[in-house]
Amino acid sequence: MAEMMKGNEAIAEAAVRAGARFYAGYPITPSSEIMEYLSWRMAEVGGSFVQAESELAGINMVIGASACGVRALTASSGPGISLKQEGISTLCDEGLPAVVITQVRYGNGLGTLFTAQCDYNRETRGGGQGDYRCIVLCPSSVQEFVDLMLPAYELSEKYRIVVVMMGEGTLGQMMEPVTLPDFVETKRTPWALTGKYDYKKIGIFERDSRKEAVELREKYAAIKENEQRWFDEGVEDADYVFVAYGVPGRATLGAIRELRAEGEKVGLIRPITAWPFPEKAFAKINPACKGVITVEENATGQLVDDAALYIKKTHKDRNIPAYALTYVYNTPPIRSIKADYHRIKNGEVKEVY
Amino acid sequence: MAATRERKVPALVDKPMDFCPGCGHGIVSRLIMEALEELDQLDNIIFPIGVGCSSNLGAGLECDRLHCCHGRAGAVATGMKRVSPDTLVVSYQGDGDAYNIGIAETFNAAYRNENITVIVINNTNFGMTGGQMSLTTMEGQKTSTSIYGRDCSVTGYPIRFPEIVAREFPGAAYAARGTVTNPANINKLKGYIKNALQAQLNHEGYSIVEVLSPCPINWGLTPVKAMERIEKELIPYYPIGEFKKRGEEQK
Ligand SMILES: Cc1ncc(C[n+]2csc(CCOP(=O)(O)OP(=O)(O)O)c2C)c(N)n1
Ligand code: SF4
Ligand SMILES: [Mg+2]
Repeated sequence: MAEMMKGNEAIAEAAVRAGARFYAGYPITPSSEIMEYLSWRMAEVGGSFVQAESELAGINMVIGASACGVRALTASSGPGISLKQEGISTLCDEGLPAVVITQVRYGNGLGTLFTAQCDYNRETRGGGQGDYRCIVLCPSSVQEFVDLMLPAYELSEKYRIVVVMMGEGTLGQMMEPVTLPDFVETKRTPWALTGKYDYKKIGIFERDSRKEAVELREKYAAIKENEQRWFDEGVEDADYVFVAYGVPGRATLGAIRELRAEGEKVGLIRPITAWPFPEKAFAKINPACKGVITVEENATGQLVDDAALYIKKTHKDRNIPAYALTYVYNTPPIRSIKADYHRIKNGEVKEVY
Repeated sequence: MAATRERKVPALVDKPMDFCPGCGHGIVSRLIMEALEELDQLDNIIFPIGVGCSSNLGAGLECDRLHCCHGRAGAVATGMKRVSPDTLVVSYQGDGDAYNIGIAETFNAAYRNENITVIVINNTNFGMTGGQMSLTTMEGQKTSTSIYGRDCSVTGYPIRFPEIVAREFPGAAYAARGTVTNPANINKLKGYIKNALQAQLNHEGYSIVEVLSPCPINWGLTPVKAMERIEKELIPYYPIGEFKKRGEEQK
């Protein structure tokens, strides 16, 4: 039965139900309610909670717990996620699973408290040192966030990779009706450190990075092939296809439905995995399509790079233009998206690619 | 003829570790392994290992271990111990790792009184990266980043972390400093390491053993002279002994 819950609390409870038994992190708006909730909830289910001295320490505690085979979680935003990058890179290097939640807030440096999508590039490109990617899930409602927590852990263990839940400030703060999933049984991963050395490990000086590179490429290719997730509507006959994720994706869905009712042939691709990017959705787009339009909560346009790449890749014979509607921060109202669509249609907006 | 004793390699060591001749790291690793063996904990140990010459430990061991990012072993150890409270978790770190870059994690793990054991190899410099100055470099000591000798008026004074633990953290179980300069000191150090491990096994709280350890290559000294330096220069500033004994009330 659905009950009204605040996003961050529903997400925290969903993590517990998905088997998370360790949390470490440092408070930051707009993600703090996740750790506040888990500060008492973990103890109730026999898990552990540490209020870490920094995000850096928090992600390293997650490394320790994950290395011992426990489903581990950390959550943060903006600058806090920057501090975690070294640890995320290390998790990927060691093949340790973990789920990292980011409730994105707007801005460079310290940033602001506005809900935003300014960290798309960082999350989808593997924001730390080295040559790795994280699977990035980007839900558009509290329910979808809740429903993705278990798949997030399953994916992270299947591929031994970090899964980033790329939310946004508003998803943590808003209240929506939520149906919580059942509890899963918790068990340690087979490669857990137990103190008994029953899972053999090679020493750091014996690593063969060329061999590992082959495995890494195979792993990422498998993820790209098998794990693309998205929602689409009306793309097969669309003149213009919007591309938007998260809460702006929801607003854009509202916009395309109204535009359709007004006779405009528009569609939407809403990525649910930002990495792997849902390339397969682009193959469905009308061959005669006149443009793709991203709707983004950032200043410079980030999603548009991927949207352009894949429309040009899937529709090689035609150089379909890619436009970006960048609303900086806060969810764009449907009327703004519609008005800006008409400006694009009338040739008043220059394409990005 | 004196009876010869067979040189026994501790069970957890599976291959030689590449330390320089006269380095103290090898002696300490051996002592830890012997202590684990004597406490019957060979199949109940995880090492979060720091970055530095300490990393060689991870290369030669046959047991559960994880290389941590530089300085973060205190946090990694925390995560491990919280989910595996009955498994020994022993971090093995250099002075640069534990005190320079890792002071926040080292300090906070002690502050929270995590039930872990921290072994810090204090060789008064960053051995692995070419002997740069660290928080434990002595006043006037020449290093590759203090070529005229450490000027404490602008770089601070050498840190004595076990003393801070003993003085400031009431819950901590055990804090000691030992060295490897002669057999008597080595035996004493082994006792400290065993005490620390025993404290953890009994869930008494945080334990730390710092070891004054020679780094002849970066000190520009022969192995013998390096041992002499520890006796003459380091011990007067960094006393060896137990600063907080097990079961002892806060002073
Ligand atoms: C983030 C980061 N910064 C710098 C380094 C380079 N680095 C490796 S070991 C080391 C110093 C180690 O010194 P210490 O902990 O005293 O160990 P020792 O080699 O002396 O035993 C440094 C600076 C690194 N690996 N990671
Ligand atoms: S550089 Fe110093 S600490 Fe490192 S192995 Fe050589 S002697 Fe030992
Ligand atoms: Mg050192």
